[in-house]
Amino acid sequence: MARARPFSAARLPGFAAMAAATFLILYAPIATLVIYSFNGSDSVAVWGGFSLKWYGAAWENAQVQEATMRSVVIALAASGIATVTATMAALGTTRRGRFPGQTLIYAIINQPLMAPEIVTAVALLIFFSSIKVATGYTGLGYLILAHAAFCVPFAYLPIRARLESMDLTLETAAADLYATPWLAFRRVTLPLLAPGIAAGAMLAFVISLDDVIITEFVKSAGQDTLPTYMLGQIRRAATPEVNAISTVLLAVTVALLSLFFAVTRKRA
Amino acid sequence: MTEDDAAVEIRSARKEYPSAAGPVRALDDVSLTIRKGEFFTLLGPSGCGKTTLLRLIAGFETPDAGRILLEGRDITDDPPNRRPVNTVFQSYALFPHLSVARNIAFGLEMLGRPAAETRARVAQILRLVRMEEMADRRPDQLSGGQQQRVALARALAPAPRVLLLDEPLSALDLKLRKEMQRELKRLQHETGITFVFVTHDQEEALTMSDRVGVMRGGRLQQVGPPREIYARPVNRFVADFIGETNFLEGVARGGAVHLPAGAALPAPGGAPAEGARITLTVRPEHLRLNAPGAGRLEATVAEIVYFGPAAHCHMKLDDGTPIVARLEEGRMPEPGARVGLDFAPGALQALED
Ligand SMILES: Nc1ncnc2c1ncn2[C@@H]1O[C@H](COP(=O)(O)OP(=O)(O)OP(=O)(O)O)[C@@H](O)[C@H]1O
Ligand SMILES: [Mg+2]
Repeated sequence: MARARPFSAARLPGFAAMAAATFLILYAPIATLVIYSFNGSDSVAVWGGFSLKWYGAAWENAQVQEATMRSVVIALAASGIATVTATMAALGTTRRGRFPGQTLIYAIINQPLMAPEIVTAVALLIFFSSIKVATGYTGLGYLILAHAAFCVPFAYLPIRARLESMDLTLETAAADLYATPWLAFRRVTLPLLAPGIAAGAMLAFVISLDDVIITEFVKSAGQDTLPTYMLGQIRRAATPEVNAISTVLLAVTVALLSLFFAVTRKRA
Repeated sequence: MTEDDAAVEIRSARKEYPSAAGPVRALDDVSLTIRKGEFFTLLGPSGCGKTTLLRLIAGFETPDAGRILLEGRDITDDPPNRRPVNTVFQSYALFPHLSVARNIAFGLEMLGRPAAETRARVAQILRLVRMEEMADRRPDQLSGGQQQRVALARALAPAPRVLLLDEPLSALDLKLRKEMQRELKRLQHETGITFVFVTHDQEEALTMSDRVGVMRGGRLQQVGPPREIYARPVNRFVADFIGETNFLEGVARGGAVHLPAGAALPAPGGAPAEGARITLTVRPEHLRLNAPGAGRLEATVAEIVYFGPAAHCHMKLDDGTPIVARLEEGRMPEPGARVGLDFAPGALQALED
């Protein structure tokens, strides 16, 4: 007698074809991009033999160097600010029972995930330009603050998840063993929270590193980050140099995200 | 008892928790004095307020009313880190990122003791709980019983005035639990620290304690040594909760208690008011089985239940009231047999409800 088998999407007609098409659309363009970064010719479409010359070109390009440095500085500063803010927010929202307005607070913290990015970009542009006029300051501070703002929810989520899986009794035990609230935090909460904080910081760093829209609106002249520089290049003349930069960016992001998953998978 | 004798004094403590269905009264006007160096046990069914009372002593909760004194000093408003009281948590709450030795050293470090003193004390405590070999392990590399010992060691290391233990043995299997019961008694004896122990296992309470406080619904019902609580329960709840017992309900007439089954029993403790409803209790081990007609009560045997060294003989009086006698080795009656039940007059007690 045939036993009733549980429903499985894998047995629907066309499942395999659909899966194949999805993978193709997702990965074929990226594969092409990576392959053509090793192109020996000057074209992004005509193969001219294997070569690392575009990596060399990008490496020696002063503009690329400058944009890379700027991207890294912004991402480090912004993810630092966002991680500290997110850690405090997570401690404030989890180290107690349910409280009135909890959902509202979650919504406020996660606002950057919900508001259309272009709207935030326009709002920041207008907001910052009035400050620029008032103060005359035109440095990287605006970009750092803007990035920090949209990085907060990405840092917040893994930290909150970690805190929620942490036993509140541990802090009670620390207090019982003569730890002041600050020492209980430093000696018990913080070390146990560290993997969550590291994960949040890595995620925020990656998110900041590849932002285009908000950066494009907020940056002053001569403040290109790596992604906005690439966008500018492609608009003019596309060379495999952009492929090479993209491939490196891809490798860095994949490495950081793998680390992120490794850290968050370790149980509390 | 003199004032100097008191380790912990709780004066008219009241505690309510808010809940969706209105406030829950976890403690209702509890007053209690725990003596220095004694093994005191709080016993009661789930939800009766035992943990709440411990948390009040530890400082994790503040009472809505009443005061808490530690060796004569009012500590009601002190935070937990300023009370020389340590807790063994039911879940152990060992710090997972610290080794066994670092867990045990935690309290001493927080107190700012010199490193050399802390090291010596940790070694001494590890020896006391017989865990010398495990000093460098992480808590998740230990068995449940070993974690239990570390939790104990960690709480004992700063030499608190009072040690609070919230059902510390409930997660252990029976054999390990018996072993840890002896271990706890030994530790209490060797350290001389006042232990306040929480359990809902009446056998554990009776075997381990110098004194027991029986709680119900946020109120203390009776406080006294195990023998006294067992032999002289103040009400029906305590009699029922501690050990096994029989209840016989009747009406007072002419100085005797008349049972619905027909028999009349002498009213213990003086003549009750005429017509009053009285509950009598008699422990199973005080009942003797005789031939029919030779006793104060007549009953029919329903079932014999053996347990190890003895048996419980379940019977019914003629009106159906169940009654149990404990029988040691010897001839057991057959189910269905008629028996006469006898007991010493002193074995019978009258109870309030
Ligand atoms: N944080 C809390 N919020 C609301 N109600 C609580 C809280 N803690 C305890 N209570 C309630 O207070 C009462 C006493 O709880 P407590 O934990 O002291 O009982 P207990 O005797 O320790 O029970 P158990 O043997 O199950 O551990 C219970 O009715 C419980 O539901
Ligand atoms: Mg409890």
